[in-house]
Amino acid sequence: MIDVIVFAISALIIIGGAIGVIALPNPVHAALSLIATFFGVAVLFVQQEAHFLALVQVVVYAGAIVVLFLFVIMLLGVDRAQELGVEPLAGQRAAGVAVGAVLLALVVGGLFLSGDPDRGGAVALTGQSGQVVPTVEGEQDVIQLARDLFTRHLLTFEATGILLTVATVGAVVLVRARGAEDLILDEPGTAQH
Amino acid sequence: MLLNQFLLLAAVLFAIGVYGVLTRKNGVLVLMSIELILNSVNINLVAFGTFNADVSGQVFALFIIAVAAAEVGVGLAIVLLIYRNRRSIDVSEADMLKG
Repeated sequence: MIDVIVFAISALIIIGGAIGVIALPNPVHAALSLIATFFGVAVLFVQQEAHFLALVQVVVYAGAIVVLFLFVIMLLGVDRAQELGVEPLAGQRAAGVAVGAVLLALVVGGLFLSGDPDRGGAVALTGQSGQVVPTVEGEQDVIQLARDLFTRHLLTFEATGILLTVATVGAVVLVRARGAEDLILDEPGTAQH
Repeated sequence: MLLNQFLLLAAVLFAIGVYGVLTRKNGVLVLMSIELILNSVNINLVAFGTFNADVSGQVFALFIIAVAAAEVGVGLAIVLLIYRNRRSIDVSEADMLKG
């Protein structure tokens, strides 16, 4: 019972934060509601005994990535409200609603309609009625995680390391200033110094 | 807890993220919507991993977090370049390949 209550509260936080990301006009407010979504997901991870993943979720997502977003928003000085009334492409918002609704209907329909209706929809996906029970087999989740990561998924781990290195170098090369004039990102009239 | 709870929540989060990617004009907010989509996938992976009593779901979620960090780094660098060239991060204005 307490499981369902925790799930409901964190689901409300997740969905509320996500709606804030797509609806709030100010990018800084959108970034803050993105943090709410990340924390809700971290609560779900804790609930399933994935403590290390919850830690990484908070530190990397809510910490590093959102700070990166906020840093770029502040650096570019684009933290003013987006004009929600102007549509550059005719019907873009309606098309977005339509595509999102169709995707949601497809996934939810697949969940509910494809399985044996007597035993719940997840049967089609999993072969049995879906009951998520956290399993702790005497070992901490981080030990199990590390054993799996460094044995079965070692090559993937190395490839991820290479990807991160390439992405870091690529980001630095992309935004490197070619001359001194490129260092001034603000408009001349709006510079603060 | 039923597995369906997590799958439904992730489906809703995914659809919200797709809507954001399609309709947001601010490039930074488009990247944030992509983060929503990646988080919905993480919810699914961890739920399936717990369901099967297998830690592989968590390992893949960890990889997704690392790849998301790389994606945000490069994506924000591209947004920075668009701003430097066009004095705007409106993604609907970056349409020089149109035609």
